[in-house]
Amino acid sequence: MSLKKITQVTGTGVYVPGDDIDTDRIIPARFMKCVTFDGLGPYAFYDERTQPDGSLKQHPFNESPWNKAPILLSGSNFGCGSSREHAPQSLYHWGIRAVIAESFAEIFFGNSTTLGIPCMKASGADIRKIAGLISADPIAVITLDVSNRKIHCKGAEFDAHIADGAHSALVNGRWDAIAELLENNATVDSVAVSLGYA
Amino acid sequence: MAKSLFQKVWGAHVVRTLSSGATQLFIGTHLIHEVTSPQAFGMLRALGLKVRYPHRTFATVDHIVPTDEGEEPFSDKLADAMIKELRKNCAENNITFFDRSTGFQGIVHVVGPEQGITQPGTTIACGDSHTATHGAFGAIAFGIGTSQVRDVLATQTMALEALKVRRINVDGKLTPGVYSKDVILHIIRLLGVNGGLGYAYEYGGSVFDGFTMEERMTVCNMTIEGGARCGYVNPDEKTVAYLKGRKYAPKGADWDKAVTRWLSFASDKDCAYDDVVNIRAETIRPTVTWGINPGQAIFIDETLPKVEDLPERERGTAIEAYQYMKLQPGKAVKGTPIDVAFIGSCTNGRISDFQEVAKFVKGHKVKAGVKAIVVPGSQLVAKIAEEMGLDKIFTDAGFEWRAAGCSMCLAMNPDKLVGDQLCASSSNRNFKGRQGSPTGRTILMSPLMVAAAAITGTIADAREVFSIKS
Repeated sequence: MSLKKITQVTGTGVYVPGDDIDTDRIIPARFMKCVTFDGLGPYAFYDERTQPDGSLKQHPFNESPWNKAPILLSGSNFGCGSSREHAPQSLYHWGIRAVIAESFAEIFFGNSTTLGIPCMKASGADIRKIAGLISADPIAVITLDVSNRKIHCKGAEFDAHIADGAHSALVNGRWDAIAELLENNATVDSVAVSLGYA
Repeated sequence: MAKSLFQKVWGAHVVRTLSSGATQLFIGTHLIHEVTSPQAFGMLRALGLKVRYPHRTFATVDHIVPTDEGEEPFSDKLADAMIKELRKNCAENNITFFDRSTGFQGIVHVVGPEQGITQPGTTIACGDSHTATHGAFGAIAFGIGTSQVRDVLATQTMALEALKVRRINVDGKLTPGVYSKDVILHIIRLLGVNGGLGYAYEYGGSVFDGFTMEERMTVCNMTIEGGARCGYVNPDEKTVAYLKGRKYAPKGADWDKAVTRWLSFASDKDCAYDDVVNIRAETIRPTVTWGINPGQAIFIDETLPKVEDLPERERGTAIEAYQYMKLQPGKAVKGTPIDVAFIGSCTNGRISDFQEVAKFVKGHKVKAGVKAIVVPGSQLVAKIAEEMGLDKIFTDAGFEWRAAGCSMCLAMNPDKLVGDQLCASSSNRNFKGRQGSPTGRTILMSPLMVAAAAITGTIADAREVFSIKS
């Protein structure tokens, strides 16, 4: 199974400020009553951006051109809470291709990496600077250089961080581990036997 | 070299190092449910793969089951489609399914332990973040996403990176009216909702030694709310006693061998930890949340924190929380009127939770206007409770006694808050909209504190309501 090498993501950015943005906010549980992920895009941040009567609230995902931006910026502990892959799936189907935040909850980070969505950390100060740049110029292009762990926007450069394992998996096109996991069934079976699991 | 349980269990289950540097880890037990598995079976079909170790996966249905409808089809067509899909996937792949007709259906994290499937020294994975619960038995238990559910179904392994280990000691004696739920809410309050990133939490100290298995489960369950992916307690004679005679526990000569092996996984006395936190049990009082994450918590007799008194990085979320919760900084949380009381969930939906609350609610009545529901964690818990007459005690006091499921913890079934109703809840998350209404409000607390709130109609100190003397 050959996968795309994700060395860089380029496009406009959308800033959703706040710390501890949990997966219930990214996708409310009632939208998880489905047997495929395909239709989840419209429900990203649904309750954050929709009134109970269906009218829209003020939210960056409701505003053009941010609603078309592929790079999401946010605060610390992004994606905390539930293990639901529905959260990164809904962002992906909305059109998000990379997330830059101060930090990520681990399950969200792993789920996103497996979908080929790089989640890269940057300092709060740098994220606010980039947010300022895209607020002043909503069509400003952000280049997330995954390979070199840098962010470029409007001539400025910022440091980005990502764990080595995820970095290597993304840039080498091995972000979905299934192919490698399927490679050595014999070793798996011998571990199972040694542990009494066979 | 002396090792922690995490290192021993991890080491035993390593298959190899993958090209990314991540570890391919064998998963001893895989638990699945209706919400996060159907897409994984779909991916398997798309890839032309089969379930490789069907006897190592167990299924139940919990999130979407109505707790007040006995008959299928369910009135919610989407929920009905989900249970049918799980039934089909289990039948096609020879997976044991604790379906509603078996008498053993329930919340996946209640069913695993009570069937004896959850065992020490094993690796466990489930597409649910509260999988950490199983760590109470000295297992390393990970909540995973659906792509990893696919990986485990197809290979019985998954790619993971090792964690650091933080030892959390709680020593001394908890005062009356303080429960394991208060211990974990207090730990999350102290260490923060992201304090556990990169760590497994090892819980120990005299309080954990004294805890029952169900109390240990309550603490391990909420580990993820502190940002740590798994949490565990070292196996001991209580772990062994709990498992003895359970359906999937080893029998006969295998039992003795298993016990020796299980206990050998306990952390070595002199092993090194990446971090150690010490907490005195006497300092913990009944704890309630006031905000929109489980770390925003206070003791019941404290006043709500003023925003300016909080560390700067917590202020933004605090302001957002006060607006959402409609609470006032500087005021008492005690006395806040509630609309709904919920006792149940994978955190506090086990038999001992209901026994403890029933002891106190006898002779009391739920305040008029409060909707109070009690939801057993499994059909087996319900059966045992009913044999003990606990259901009658609850219904006499004005609580509704429901059928098993996740219910109002995440409101994927018909049990939901309406509008901005405030719920006193024994569940694990107070996120915005968590209990089914986009403006619904949740205050987390121990089951007995929920009962006190139901009876007084307000957030209350159970020690006062039930005259519990220190």
